[in-house]
Amino acid sequence: MSLVHRLQTAMLLLAAVVLLACAAPASAQTPAAQPPSADLAPALEKIAADSYSDTEAALALLSTSTSPQAAVIVAALADGRLLIDAATKSVYVRAADGTLSAAATGATVSPAPAGLKAVRLNNRVRRAIDAASGALSLLAPEPARRAEAAAAVFKSRDAAALPTLQAAIAKETIPSVREALEQARAAILITAPGISEADRLGAVKLVTARGDQEALALLSNLPADATPAVKTTAEQGVAAINRSLAMWNVAQNVWYGLSLGSVLLLAAIGLAITFGVMGVINMAHGEMVMLGAYTTYMVQDVIRTSYPGLFGWSLAIALPLAFLFTALVGILIERLVIRFLYGRALETLLATWGLSLMLQQAVRTIFGPTNKEVGAPSWMSGAFQVGQLSITYNRLWIIVFALIVFVALLVVLKRTSLGLYVRAVTQNRRMAAAMGIRTGRIDALTFGLGSGIAGIAGVALSQIDNVSPNLGQGYIIDSFMVVVFGGVGNLWGTLVGAFTLGIANKLLEPFAGAVLGKIVLLVCIILFIQKRPRGLFALKGRAVEA
Amino acid sequence: MNGSGILDRRGTIFIVLVLAAGVLVPASNLLLSPSSPFYVSDYLVPLLGKYLCYALLAVAVDLVWGYCGVLSLGHGAFFALGGYAMGMYLMRQIGARGVYGNPVLPDFMVFLNYKELPWFWLGFNHFPFAALMVLLVPGALAFLFGWFAFRSRVTGVYLSIITQAMTFALMLAFFRNDMGFGGNNGLTDFKDILGFPITAGTTRGALFFASAIALVGGYLICRGLVVSKYGKVLVAVRDAESRTRFLGYKVANYKLLAWTLSAMLAGVAGALYVPQVGIINPGEFAPANSIETVIWVAVGGRGTLVGAALGALVVNAGKTWFTGVLPEAWLFALGALFVVVTLFLPRGIIGLWGDVSERLRKPKPDQVPEAEAPAKAAE
Repeated sequence: MSLVHRLQTAMLLLAAVVLLACAAPASAQTPAAQPPSADLAPALEKIAADSYSDTEAALALLSTSTSPQAAVIVAALADGRLLIDAATKSVYVRAADGTLSAAATGATVSPAPAGLKAVRLNNRVRRAIDAASGALSLLAPEPARRAEAAAAVFKSRDAAALPTLQAAIAKETIPSVREALEQARAAILITAPGISEADRLGAVKLVTARGDQEALALLSNLPADATPAVKTTAEQGVAAINRSLAMWNVAQNVWYGLSLGSVLLLAAIGLAITFGVMGVINMAHGEMVMLGAYTTYMVQDVIRTSYPGLFGWSLAIALPLAFLFTALVGILIERLVIRFLYGRALETLLATWGLSLMLQQAVRTIFGPTNKEVGAPSWMSGAFQVGQLSITYNRLWIIVFALIVFVALLVVLKRTSLGLYVRAVTQNRRMAAAMGIRTGRIDALTFGLGSGIAGIAGVALSQIDNVSPNLGQGYIIDSFMVVVFGGVGNLWGTLVGAFTLGIANKLLEPFAGAVLGKIVLLVCIILFIQKRPRGLFALKGRAVEA
Repeated sequence: MNGSGILDRRGTIFIVLVLAAGVLVPASNLLLSPSSPFYVSDYLVPLLGKYLCYALLAVAVDLVWGYCGVLSLGHGAFFALGGYAMGMYLMRQIGARGVYGNPVLPDFMVFLNYKELPWFWLGFNHFPFAALMVLLVPGALAFLFGWFAFRSRVTGVYLSIITQAMTFALMLAFFRNDMGFGGNNGLTDFKDILGFPITAGTTRGALFFASAIALVGGYLICRGLVVSKYGKVLVAVRDAESRTRFLGYKVANYKLLAWTLSAMLAGVAGALYVPQVGIINPGEFAPANSIETVIWVAVGGRGTLVGAALGALVVNAGKTWFTGVLPEAWLFALGALFVVVTLFLPRGIIGLWGDVSERLRKPKPDQVPEAEAPAKAAE
């Protein structure tokens, strides 16, 4: 289902772009008045005759009509809004709001002539209406509708649509829609009885090129009269599609893994500072992420009520605010609690766990226990298609964002004076103090930096996760795993750790299921830590024992 | 007062109090009329019994944290495994009285279309086997885990975090329906234990008494261990692991014994807990539970054993009271407890009591309280 769905979405998206490009001429055609179209007249004559068989014949004519009125007439007929004036043999359309217009031209008619009666319908006519409206969609002026109709035909493989399809293909100018139409025709050619071998072979090749689940289903169910040559080509096609699908599947999982990895990276990178650089176990780290997400919620709330125009900027506004707020909370925590516990890592763990409980309960008391809705700006929503791969914009931006944060942090630690002090204090606190560095202040700032980064991670995660008081809890174990796996005190280790765990998790999922995959991964990490107790990129030398 | 024998004054008072409670609580529930001021209600007996199980769990945690320096954030897993072993026995005792009336399969298995009992459920209809499993399953897991961890010298926060990962992984596993342990709902609807109806007053009283005995027994085992020569080495490992290793002791083996024993005690606590609360579910594996256990120990006084049990009783009584009166405030109170105890009460209630009584009496400079917190908590 999902592949087809994605394909359709992609087509719609493409079509929408094209539609925008030709929006100007399209909007110039107001439905109020059309020049009477030549090919409508015979159809309308037949309708005016008011017999079932004539109406059916008229629908056949209408379905190949190029006039925009044809669709209006068919729709009106379906709803019983198509009226005949028996006296003048003229046909009218009554719009939903009651206004009457001439069927041939679309011009408004008033006052309404007396003695109008609706065109009668029976089941045969209704079926004809369905076919005609499907066919008309294939010829619809909007490319999106044409693509949609083509996809529908591909699925239904309704041989009756073949002539309309031929007509549609002949006049189609947009390559993507043309491809969809040709695939629809190929689907009919493969399944309909009595098609020549050459046609079928061409169709099989075309469908093979499509390469998705739908194509696979089509090629695996050949009709009984298929010749051996068609059958072998189709089998080869099935094998080829299976190969490419398997490849795309792996690619999709790798993509999901990258996405998960970026989320892990965002959640863990602040921890890499507080735990990795300072050696402080901050169990309240997840709550900093949660506070960042709630900051986003607050910003959007203010924007919604007071400055609706700024909504597209809400995340950009929330980022610095979340950073400042969580950094401030972090500095407070460091000054009030953690600084008394340096050198007592296990006590720090307990105290910060207590802080995390209090922060969670505070947020629950203020905002309530339910999920808060954080909206996505337009540039964060939607998806695009790369082959069989569907890539959502929010995931893409989060990967980009995680990498930006990572690089920024690296620059701060390696290229700024704050970074220099931080590293100095980390490596030798007493020597740094002797050189005039105020180590207490650096501790507070470092902890603030780590917490602030957790806060901006919260802004990003608010886009893909539920913003609730429990948001942080879900990340804390994973984040520790990433930092410990990557190696404490090494930002690159965190990067590699996050993406390794993310991709490994998603590649395991198809085989083991989501929960079991996660368990397997946890067990693997536990075993890995036994093998390399200091992580993937372990610090060497004296720093290890510090 | 802080003698080096198994029974010091504090320990004796503790044992006498627990045993007295073990007799008096069920007795007052069964013998006194509900109007008596000393009557313990039917609601209170299993609740207090639950506290005793928690106290045993806290003693187990204190053995490894207080004397061996291993901060376990995963003892809830051993507790829950012991509980599941007991729960499986109790499930088998239901027999054909379940909703579906299947004589062999528990209700949830019938519901999940099991055709026959999974192999790991075999034998659990016999109490001795189940009791053995209560000890063996947590013990085996702890031995395996410790064997790997201690031999590769995983220490300090790393060890804490992987113990947390262990219980988290087990929680995820037990939440799965196809694990064969009742999934989300866990095991419940127990009918009887050893042939006695599980909700009867006498059974409840007996379980309470058993919990008290188990607590005293657990305390005595741990106490005997820590005052022995082995215990001295254990404390040496806690305070200077590398130095102890260089002195020629096999640090990993010392840790492994304490760790495995501690896990088995936790399993016993879980096994006694389950029949008293009437349910065991994967929520018991939640990492938060294990951390809460650690705070009981810290509140009571780490490295004192008696303090750990005391802390478990105090914190849980506080929890029961708070969640009844001010449910919103409980997490604030618990959180504050974590912070305040680590900052201001590093030796817990016992340490505080020691300080106060020390100051009241004339100072004795030659006496150093045993409850002295280790100068170096972690390397």
